[in-house]
Amino acid sequence: MSSNLNGRLLEATCQTISEHADELTRLDQAIGDGDHGINMKRGFDALAAAAEELQQLDLPSALQKAGMLLVMNVGGASGPLYGSLLMAMGKAAVDTPSCVDDVVSMLRAGVDAVKARGKSDVGAKTMLDVLVPVLEAIEKNPASPCAAARQAADMGLEATRAMQATKGRASFLGERSIGHLDPGARSSALLVHAICNVLEDS
Amino acid sequence: MTDNVSIVIVSHSPKVAEGVADMVRQMVGDEVRIAFCGGNPDGGLGTNVGAIMAAIEEVYTPKGVAILVDLGGAETNSEMAREMLPAEMAANIVICNAPLVEGAIMASTEASCGADLETVRSTAEEFQA
Repeated sequence: MSSNLNGRLLEATCQTISEHADELTRLDQAIGDGDHGINMKRGFDALAAAAEELQQLDLPSALQKAGMLLVMNVGGASGPLYGSLLMAMGKAAVDTPSCVDDVVSMLRAGVDAVKARGKSDVGAKTMLDVLVPVLEAIEKNPASPCAAARQAADMGLEATRAMQATKGRASFLGERSIGHLDPGARSSALLVHAICNVLEDS
Repeated sequence: MTDNVSIVIVSHSPKVAEGVADMVRQMVGDEVRIAFCGGNPDGGLGTNVGAIMAAIEEVYTPKGVAILVDLGGAETNSEMAREMLPAEMAANIVICNAPLVEGAIMASTEASCGADLETVRSTAEEFQA
């Protein structure tokens, strides 16, 4: 196990994507093009392969480098979406975030980048239905940010079930997209939980 | 090579991308430079930002590059590829909101007559109506 926090975050996020790749693909087969699990795994495998290099960088550089690796390796729209999230977080990050405000401003920059990249916002049955509530929950609960983030992620994910997709391949299904969890919201929720596991442990 | 707007074809499928480029060459001829790419970084169905950047660079001209895409991720990855290229190049690259095959033929036909980038794009996009 890596000793530094960045290394442990990297390890935990790569592991959760790898372990849930089949589940993400099944969710995507229901309403998308069935490649979310394999695409995310390809991207996070590339991060795992670069772990040594990433751990030697400061947080802003590591996030930007990781975002670039996702962009270049995922092979689907989730590459630019998650890649833009990390690159924007990296640009907004301080070397050692020391308070919740630091995390909030970093995450807000990332979420704004996802909105711009995907030309989307909450309510369209996407990863933003997890990321935006998570951001708001952390901001409102500086005393217990992880608990708030976990709960917001779970509720945001579950809320996508009743939504009709208006973005991506799922939008072709119209009303038939209702009743299924969004795969991108699921991968975002997985990442939130994996990050909280590490932060609560440290 | 003539100074015409170039065309880039981006599909989830390498075979579709190559096939569309073949159709353009046969129907429109060699007056337009065309590059194509398809498939994810592992060679399966999907799109690949690095390959899209390489395709753009292969046929880039300051006169402009019009990109034709098939579905969702092809568009998002093409937008990402454009942004990752130098700004002076990105300014001369457009992504057409048009059906891939028909849009490629329309855009290439217009480009082969020397039209500017905006005309090439609007010709491809008008086909939808």
